[in-house]
Amino acid sequence: MNQSLIRFKESYLLYNFKRDRVAIISFIILAFLILIGVLAPIISPYNPYDAMNIDIMNAETPPAWVEDGDRDFLLGTDIQGRDLLSTMIYGLRLSLIIGCGAVLLQALLGIMVGLVAGYRGGKIDSLLMRMADIQLSFPYLMVAIFISAIFQVAFGIGRFEQLAVPLLVIIIGLAEWPVYARTVRASVMREKSKEYVEAARVIGLSQRVIMVRHILPNTMTSVLVISTIQVANAIMSEAALSFLGLGMPVTKPSLGSLIRSGFEYIFSGSWWITFFPGFLLVLLVLVINLLGDWLRDVLNPKLYKG
Amino acid sequence: MDTLLKVKDLEVKFALRFGDLTAINGISFSLNKGERLGLVGESGAGKSVAGFAIINLLSKPGYISEGEVIFNGRNMNSLSGEEMRDIRGNEISMIFQDPMMTLNPVLTVGTQMVETLLAHKRLNRMEAEKIALEKLEKVQIPSPKKRLKQYPHEFSGGMRQRIVIAIALITNPSLIIADEPTTALDVTIQADIMDLLLSLCESEDMSLILITHDLSVVSQVTEKIIVMYAGKIVETGPTDLVLREPLHPYTQGLLKALPGSLQPGSRLNQIPGVMPTLTDIPLGCAFHPRCERRDTICEVETPDLINVDSHDRMVACHMLGR
Repeated sequence: MNQSLIRFKESYLLYNFKRDRVAIISFIILAFLILIGVLAPIISPYNPYDAMNIDIMNAETPPAWVEDGDRDFLLGTDIQGRDLLSTMIYGLRLSLIIGCGAVLLQALLGIMVGLVAGYRGGKIDSLLMRMADIQLSFPYLMVAIFISAIFQVAFGIGRFEQLAVPLLVIIIGLAEWPVYARTVRASVMREKSKEYVEAARVIGLSQRVIMVRHILPNTMTSVLVISTIQVANAIMSEAALSFLGLGMPVTKPSLGSLIRSGFEYIFSGSWWITFFPGFLLVLLVLVINLLGDWLRDVLNPKLYKG
Repeated sequence: MDTLLKVKDLEVKFALRFGDLTAINGISFSLNKGERLGLVGESGAGKSVAGFAIINLLSKPGYISEGEVIFNGRNMNSLSGEEMRDIRGNEISMIFQDPMMTLNPVLTVGTQMVETLLAHKRLNRMEAEKIALEKLEKVQIPSPKKRLKQYPHEFSGGMRQRIVIAIALITNPSLIIADEPTTALDVTIQADIMDLLLSLCESEDMSLILITHDLSVVSQVTEKIIVMYAGKIVETGPTDLVLREPLHPYTQGLLKALPGSLQPGSRLNQIPGVMPTLTDIPLGCAFHPRCERRDTICEVETPDLINVDSHDRMVACHMLGR
């Protein structure tokens, strides 16, 4: 344990990180946002899910520093009278949960498929990869509309609101697994022909052990890099779905549904309901992408920027 | 002496689109317990293919079309995949050419050693680690305890080949197949590694098949030699005898091509021409287009491998004694 800590301290990764200001700032902001999301129930001034806290008379209060603002609501309130800051913090939490959950699901499916397809090759490979192609040829919005429409008809809107989070995780996860499958397959095919795989076969290890213990760890670099970008993508997808009214319900708003609920009022002067959640979303996705870019540059020495 | 390995009329083919290619064309030899055999020839002669054929691990499209490999009384071609896996790495180990490539870069050396042991023996992790430590000492790696926890990139080339040898030794195999184990190393380390391999074979009573194109390495280590050309054995016998008095023109050419016998400044000797590709092996003796002593019979008739004296000395050449 101690040794791996020392190894980390001396690593190229950390060395590079310390010299890259963009990476440091992005990391600090991301860590801060994640912390806020995790600690939402403790940090946020109000609980936006608690109907007792909400007074419709407070609706559309502007931010505190604007004229007519209320000191109790730092960033103002939304159309239902919820404190915008608290609602955003909870929305951030939901966006992060859905983003990470969806990526976990994508990675799980994609890595399994990619590993088997790349290692076995032949007919299994063709079959799995055509499935991936078919999956990618459906726009995820269409899949999402189908699934949520069917679900709402089958179980009623009430159930949908309860199960919206896992449902969104599944929808976004299923839509993007081919990205992982393709990346992993490509690296598996590259690794498979290397001599250490031959050596492992000569040692007498079984195919499964070779696949999981020897080849898979060697493909993790590319998995790590696409994972960061996929998290950002999944958060964007969730926001897009929610903005279209297919995602999180208004009673449990994510950043996307907050942007949507404020959008109708933007021309009547209540700009803050859309602006602040939108800004937070952009910030979150931006820092994740910047970190992902940095990681890709560090882990792939062939891609040095000139 | 007990026979450990017996190869009988082994024929390996590669199934390609336009038909089968014969990579190994009926080779036979046997190896006793503790005996060391050198398999020599230019690249493309089928040496490595023979090594892989013995452990039944030819990569597609290669396959054994005829003949049998009998190891310790068992016919290797008739074993199931499970039984075969149990022999590989356990009773027969293999060492490859490039130690940079044969170790997995993301696993520690210790993990890779322990894994090999656990795949074959009923041991717990602690016992396995103890054996791994012992073997690292045996291949003369300094401070083995620390080294077990390190990754392959933290070792030099020679050290890595020692690790590879340690992994090959870890289950106490009775046969080691070393496929050009020193080709990727520089000359001084080459000698160290060969010495190590030799002393280990002697102390552990292991047999060795050394696949190489380097005649000096063969003369150092092996007792018996097989010279291969275009998938066939052209000459075989006790190493010192074959190297002292080569009978086949090909072996003679190989020996003459060694730069050691030359005055500085003179041109290097070489065998004219190149080995034929497997797609168009010439009729008759495969070596005849490059042979200085060829006759008309060489162009039409394939010479048989015949005994020339009481030691298992065999040569395939029409011009023998002429």
